[in-house]
Amino acid sequence: MRYVVYFIIAFCFWLILTLSLNLDHLIAGIVVVLIGTIVFGGYFTNKPVKFLQIHRIIWFIIYIPIFLWYMVKANIDVAYRALHPERPIKPGIVKIKTILKTDIAKVFLANSITLTPGTMTCDVDGDYLYIHWIWVQSPEVEQASKIIATHFERFLRRIFE
Amino acid sequence: MISTIGWIIIWVGVLFDLLGAIGLIRFPDVYNRLQASTKCVTLGTLGIMIGIFLIKGFTPMGIKALICGAVLLLTSPVAAHALMKGSLHFGTKMWKGTIMDQYGKDKLGGEQIEQEAK
Repeated sequence: MRYVVYFIIAFCFWLILTLSLNLDHLIAGIVVVLIGTIVFGGYFTNKPVKFLQIHRIIWFIIYIPIFLWYMVKANIDVAYRALHPERPIKPGIVKIKTILKTDIAKVFLANSITLTPGTMTCDVDGDYLYIHWIWVQSPEVEQASKIIATHFERFLRRIFE
Repeated sequence: MISTIGWIIIWVGVLFDLLGAIGLIRFPDVYNRLQASTKCVTLGTLGIMIGIFLIKGFTPMGIKALICGAVLLLTSPVAAHALMKGSLHFGTKMWKGTIMDQYGKDKLGGEQIEQEAK
């Protein structure tokens, strides 16, 4: 089942990428996508029906602009720290706890944390994430989790779990 | 009109790329430099891609630029994460102003912070 869904998604991606319906392109696409499916299909999520649930897609579309806004804020923050003559940084690695359970949700949480203000994921260990923070506001696990992760977890929980 | 907006977004992207490069020079250690380069360069390059899409519209080139942006957004943090974990395990010391290193304490047996030069 999941191989079939993987094949369909990868083939749609190929169609968008080439933007043509020539027979040559289609045959080449089928061959490439088949190889990709055989090699990587096993790593794919084992509940592909989640892709079709409409409320997950809506939450994902809401998540994109919020994520982009945090990203722009992150860039202005880093640019400010880079250009400030005294270079106001206070870096450190803190540990935070996440409420997300599935692997793909953790991947998205780690990526989102990396691209948002002053934080960057170093490692994931079960429920805990290690975060390099350019301006450590709190060394405590609960406090740091609240500042860094809560606003993403709210959305990611609804999208992926 | 849309083409003008596209050019503005491209130049904002180039500006962020430049700021990322400045951060790369000014920050003191590997970890802070990764922060600057990953964030600014991802948004900067994403800006350039979106600008190309706005100028070219729904042509093959514009669509490819948009896909490049999406793929960049997914892969760039992973690359930075791999570099960071690699340098932590390799034992690269953190800058002496670093205030805590929970990862070193938990996983590597001791904080990896550079000491003041005697």
